[in-house]
Amino acid sequence: MFVKRFFLRKKSCQIAKDRLKILLISDRVNCSPEMMDLIKNDIAKVISKYIKIDSDNMEIQITTKGNKAGRGCKPSICANIPIADVPFPGKQA
Amino acid sequence: MENHFSKEQHSCEVIVVTSGKGGVGKTTTTANIGTGLAKLNKKVCMIDTDIGLRNLDVVMGLENRIVYNLVDVVEGNCRVKQALIRDKRHPGLFLLPSAQTRDKSAVTPGQMVKVLEHLKELFDYIILDCPAGIEQGFQTAIAGADRAIVVTTPEVSAIRDADRIIGLLEANNLSRMSLVINKLRLDMIRRGDMMSAQDVVDILAIPLLGIVPDDESVVISTNQGEPLVGNGEPAGLAYTNIVQRILGKEVPFLNLERGISFWTKVSGVFHRV
Repeated sequence: MFVKRFFLRKKSCQIAKDRLKILLISDRVNCSPEMMDLIKNDIAKVISKYIKIDSDNMEIQITTKGNKAGRGCKPSICANIPIADVPFPGKQA
Repeated sequence: MENHFSKEQHSCEVIVVTSGKGGVGKTTTTANIGTGLAKLNKKVCMIDTDIGLRNLDVVMGLENRIVYNLVDVVEGNCRVKQALIRDKRHPGLFLLPSAQTRDKSAVTPGQMVKVLEHLKELFDYIILDCPAGIEQGFQTAIAGADRAIVVTTPEVSAIRDADRIIGLLEANNLSRMSLVINKLRLDMIRRGDMMSAQDVVDILAIPLLGIVPDDESVVISTNQGEPLVGNGEPAGLAYTNIVQRILGKEVPFLNLERGISFWTKVSGVFHRV
């Protein structure tokens, strides 16, 4: 226990930086969770027209390129969409 | 580092000191910058724009000399010069106090710009002490400003509010901003329990104007009503450097990492347990 605490404790300054990184991005973009949900559903709808996707396990979030939360870098919407079943091109109607 | 505070000759510069969050040291910063500039023979006017919650007068130790205030000037009850309080300790230093019995709606941004136009002819620097918050009081304070000093502390809440303020200043075309990081504690930074000045600059991404260590002497100087700029204490030295940078001089930042010995590092490791 002592050894574990000694080596694995994350410094509170790092925790603060990690929390601020995410907090400030969503503050700056001014995008509500409801809106993110709508975007997620619409993306799922469009993509499922062409490919069968696993929409239950789909993830969407706002991040910045690289690992910095500075004012200069542009935030981007990042969607992780698992494909359920890729139709074989030859069999497509 | 590029200095954003170089000044043209024979012109007045209006600087607003703002932060978003309350209690981070806007008023203390205003008092020390104003006093520091006056000590270097500049003609300085400090304006307290926090209507209803005036504090700059007590921090400066001038609370017993108020006759008229900013609202009286705006409403035409007196001339601007009648409301200005001269600080007898420093020639060229004046305070325009705020009203204690009114609220933020008593002065509009347009009226503020008009008052500033008049004062610009009399002074080299006008320092505005902005109220906390982002409502009308903030809009009034930034209306006539040429540049802004954003004050923050290395805390999550203060940095979040500072980020919001920076966004609002940009939206109001006040893009000349610089950052003062207040209340830094070296012992906590060493332990990894406080964000360093560099961490805060990385997050907020505006030029750094100064770092002020958390220092008992700030409380003592406020108790006495005498700004500490120029004394030998760490915070006094930090404000002296900030004033120099405002005047366009290159001054190295206080080395808060000075003198970390091997044993300090070793004891730092054991603090983590």
